[in-house]
Amino acid sequence: MKQIPAPFWTLVLGIVVTLVSLWVGQNHNLLPEQASEQAPLVDDLFNVMMTIGTALFIVVQGAIVYSLIRFRQPKGDETDGLPIEGNLPLEAFWTAIPAVIVVGLGLYSVVVFQEMGGFSPGGHHGHGAMVAMAPQQSVIDIAPLVAQAAATDEDIFSKTQVYGFGASPLVQMNQPDVTVNVTGMQFAWIFRYPDTGITDGELHIPVGKDVQLKIEAQDVIHSFWVPQFRLKQDALPGEPGELRFVATREGTYPVVCAELCGSYHGAMRTQVIVHSPEDYADWVASRVAEAMPTTTVAQPADAATDAEYLAGIAPDLAKSPVQIAQMTSMSH
Amino acid sequence: MAQADISIKPTELQGGHGHPDKWKWYDYFTFNVDHKVIGIQYLVTSFLFYLVGGFMAVLMRTELATPNSDFLSPELYNAFLTNHGTIMIFLWIVPAAIGGFGNFLIPLMIGARDMAFPKLNAIAFWLNPPAGAVLAASFFLGGGAQSGWTSYPPLSEITANLPQTLWCVALIMVGTSSILGSVNFLVTIWKMRVPSMAWDQMPLFCWAMVATSVLALFATPVLAAAMVLLLFDINFGTSFFKPDAGGNVVVYQHLFWFYSHPAVYLMILPIFGIMSEVIPVHARKPIFGYKAIAYSSLTICLVGLFVWVHHMFTSGTAPWMRIFFTISTLIVAVPTGIKIFSWVATLWGGKIRYTTAMLFAVGLLSMFVFGGLSGVTLGAAPFDIHVHDTYYVVGHFHYVLYGGSVFGIYSGIYHWFPKITGRMLNEPLGKVHFVLTFIGTILTFTPMHNLGMQGMPRRVAMYDPQFAHLNQLVTVGAYILAVSVIPFYFNVIWSWMKGKEAGPNPWNAMTMEWTTDSPPIIENWEVLPVLTHGPYAYGMERSDEVGPAGEPLPASRS
Repeated sequence: MKQIPAPFWTLVLGIVVTLVSLWVGQNHNLLPEQASEQAPLVDDLFNVMMTIGTALFIVVQGAIVYSLIRFRQPKGDETDGLPIEGNLPLEAFWTAIPAVIVVGLGLYSVVVFQEMGGFSPGGHHGHGAMVAMAPQQSVIDIAPLVAQAAATDEDIFSKTQVYGFGASPLVQMNQPDVTVNVTGMQFAWIFRYPDTGITDGELHIPVGKDVQLKIEAQDVIHSFWVPQFRLKQDALPGEPGELRFVATREGTYPVVCAELCGSYHGAMRTQVIVHSPEDYADWVASRVAEAMPTTTVAQPADAATDAEYLAGIAPDLAKSPVQIAQMTSMSH
Repeated sequence: MAQADISIKPTELQGGHGHPDKWKWYDYFTFNVDHKVIGIQYLVTSFLFYLVGGFMAVLMRTELATPNSDFLSPELYNAFLTNHGTIMIFLWIVPAAIGGFGNFLIPLMIGARDMAFPKLNAIAFWLNPPAGAVLAASFFLGGGAQSGWTSYPPLSEITANLPQTLWCVALIMVGTSSILGSVNFLVTIWKMRVPSMAWDQMPLFCWAMVATSVLALFATPVLAAAMVLLLFDINFGTSFFKPDAGGNVVVYQHLFWFYSHPAVYLMILPIFGIMSEVIPVHARKPIFGYKAIAYSSLTICLVGLFVWVHHMFTSGTAPWMRIFFTISTLIVAVPTGIKIFSWVATLWGGKIRYTTAMLFAVGLLSMFVFGGLSGVTLGAAPFDIHVHDTYYVVGHFHYVLYGGSVFGIYSGIYHWFPKITGRMLNEPLGKVHFVLTFIGTILTFTPMHNLGMQGMPRRVAMYDPQFAHLNQLVTVGAYILAVSVIPFYFNVIWSWMKGKEAGPNPWNAMTMEWTTDSPPIIENWEVLPVLTHGPYAYGMERSDEVGPAGEPLPASRS
């Protein structure tokens, strides 16, 4: 029988490896469900890397295994192999291929990073605490306050870097639909809604709306992470951070602290609840109607009420249940 | 690359010097200045610390077999995770790979009688045991440092101050040791090669040590600075990193990672050197692409200094930095890929011996492909942000550091044990060791990637119950890894005492360390050798005969 030429086998193997890699890249099921506008962007990037990685893995591991079988020492043969020391075209080829791949992946990463809103924060952005003190409605209604706030903001913002993902460059000028001030502390997340004065241990947001989180830490570094959103931002003491996103799927997702923050770091977990717009409005109304907000901070506590508990662990945020009630009423 | 056609021949008699023929056992516990003694001191000490760090890992994995914190207290868990990382990096891989192999092999490989600064060499080693003792003491004086091997402030400034101070002191000591050692390696390689050895005739392990030493000299002082500042913040009221007193927590991260990412290359570059020595010998072929491998080590050294910010994509990092460091991080894959392809090409067409050293080398190759590819995904900022500080990262760096560095150290031990001790390791026992290690590594570190992507953060003693099954699998893998060291330690101890005599060159290798006795005599050679063939001249026509005295040298030093 006539021997099949090597280029034919190379072509067949190339096609098989390509098909397998493409399939793996699309069907690995390694990532959790997507629940934000950023998530598909990240997943697409990962799928591309998974496809390329699978192909490289199969080719290199295949070459290793083939060599180990095909080129093992024949029994009793103590001679050396062929003294092949190099091959310049081959070396240039396998230098160029990874170089092209990583430069391509780098550029793709930049595009994804831009679409996620990674380029907008920094430099002259708002300081979370300042915005938190000025409910959005009031500022819009009272023109002099706007000017004053802008001037004050400019002074402070010029000295303050804000890190994280902001609005996409396409919507940078838009005000967010919901702003939440997030404070990390050992071992809880506190979410404050400056528009309504609500303070909570869980994050409630409406689906399909532009949400801006202003993230800070009170004691040590924490890291705010929602795996289903594919977003993470460290909460740094003295360095405000920001995450801006649109949740795309209703549901309850974990909020995880990803940075070692002390003995009970593993227990610093809470959840983000993505409501339908109606349910979100109901939640806001119910919370505003309550003088005493309920809080489910992810920490064991014996306090009689949530407000007392909150006051206990975060005196700067809420010194007493009365103050919390006042904060709630001020927003109306 | 055309190797010089040179062979090994003695030229001048320089032995003697009134030294004993060989060292007694108690010489290994003294301030001995012989590079071989120091190399063995490094290796034995680091293998002891490997047991300590591994014991901590087993306890942590036992804790993580269940979602709740029910085996160790959270404080003790954090102390173990901090010291496991610290010991494994600073007292196991770095001293074993650089101090151990570097000290034992470099003078032998370049035809020198010792390192350039023997006393400095001994000082460098003797900084390590006290550093280990200080870390051990930190457990009895406050429960051990608990803020992770990264020790980010403010956590490290408010948690367990005394042990954290001791941790800083220990790191300053090992950092100083590393700097002293690096100076010594560079000067030795630069100045003390036999006159007949040109740069491009050096074994690739020497090239790897050049790159390692340069990297250590640039990066380690920055770590020392970070440690000193942190120590001052904790103890003397300064506020370099205290945000409420004008300090900045992110500055520490820059200082720390400016050293600690290159530390990954400090741990792997010598291993790359070991790979480049082991594979040609046991595949019976010249290394493929000598110059490409040598220069790629230097490229990794250079680029490796500009990738540290990829550890900080989620902290205070300006957007342009994320982009710059995404690209620079990804570029490291190119020189690394060159090495991997070159090793595979060395296997191709060889006559491969299935020795344990070769199995570990090929196992490393296999592991490193996986670890390298997951490293590329971590370089891409958008994906890194999702998996940063998760078990995906833990899985990745253990693939690189365990599947890479530890496999490389094992490979090097099986390869050079005959030279170090004069006796062979038991091969069947070695193969049991390899199989257990290979299976254990895959079982332990592969599921970690899934855990991280699905949402499990790292450094947690308690976790969401949905991750329990994969964690149990990881724990079983860790137990297999724990068991895997038993045949190895038994093999080493037994073979060192009773193993088969090795002879000077049991692998029929061509680098210069194999031209002297096993173990080498004090001052290495009776007469210094002259190279007349390259280090990887397998399958080539060559003359190993000793030429007439006074024959002109076949290759001039460049």
